[in-house]
Amino acid sequence: MDLKGFDHPDGAADGGTRSVKIMIAGGFGTGKTTLVRSVSDIKPLTTEATLTQASAGVDHLIGVADKQETTVSLDFGKIGINDELVLYLFGTPGQERFWFLWNGLFKGALGAVVIVDTRRLASSFRAIEEMERQDVPFVIALNVFPDSTEHPVEEIRDALDISEHIPVVAFDARDRASSRDVLIALIHHLKDRSAVALEPR
Amino acid sequence: MSAPRRPTDPSGLERYYVLTGGRSGPGGGSASSLDVATLILARSAPAPGMQHEHEEILRRCRDPLSVAELGAHLGLPFNILAVLLADLLDADRIEARDPIPASDADRGPDLALLEEVLSGLERL
Repeated sequence: MDLKGFDHPDGAADGGTRSVKIMIAGGFGTGKTTLVRSVSDIKPLTTEATLTQASAGVDHLIGVADKQETTVSLDFGKIGINDELVLYLFGTPGQERFWFLWNGLFKGALGAVVIVDTRRLASSFRAIEEMERQDVPFVIALNVFPDSTEHPVEEIRDALDISEHIPVVAFDARDRASSRDVLIALIHHLKDRSAVALEPR
Repeated sequence: MSAPRRPTDPSGLERYYVLTGGRSGPGGGSASSLDVATLILARSAPAPGMQHEHEEILRRCRDPLSVAELGAHLGLPFNILAVLLADLLDADRIEARDPIPASDADRGPDLALLEEVLSGLERL
């Protein structure tokens, strides 16, 4: 095999780099891409998937039969955790019915952040339902918009009908430290869940 | 009628058909396990006579690059890219490293991994 130029000197000079991923979900316009932009090391990129003629039957089912090609976009960013680990953040498209296009978008994810706009709670209901259905661990992040009125966290937990062990945190998606803290809250939540799972019964 | 998403590429469908030889993916085999966060690493240099897109993938993946980034850089949809990557995987020209999950069916939760991510985030 010709390895010229691809030959890594000590066999593992690429560092054996691996990746992890966290999904950012929530209703349309809740601030998913804003969060990704705030914490990402790179300018957010977009990857697309298409439904083409081959999927015409599916196209018809979801009511876009007049189109030959439907494009769905996924915005993403990344954070270098260390020399050997990269964290990818994917802002999921608002159209949940298209998630199948990416081979099970949530499979293999560490967990998810579901962003909620407190002025439009209902816009994130579908995303929460999907996380529960797919058994993806998640935290709720309340994006505090300038004209959001104060909502006690418990009131919102009640309105969203989520169990008490799921963290609900308020944050500002435009702020890097604030967005980072949401990701940290998710990792703490995952650790807590793991500790429970590891406890002998 | 809606405006085309990519005005510089007016013939998307035809182009994809040519690129993949009419295959739509990810259908099965190696393409069906690819994740957007899977890292692709070239195992060999581009060979003469290779399809242009295959060459381009090998060139960009001298260092590990995610499927999502590759798609964004090449302007190819995930499902089309998955077909091209499957060709290269089958020919053993690339290595694919799937994202590490938070917990493994056999070994249970990966606390060390979570600690690693946590300390990385805390340094941001």
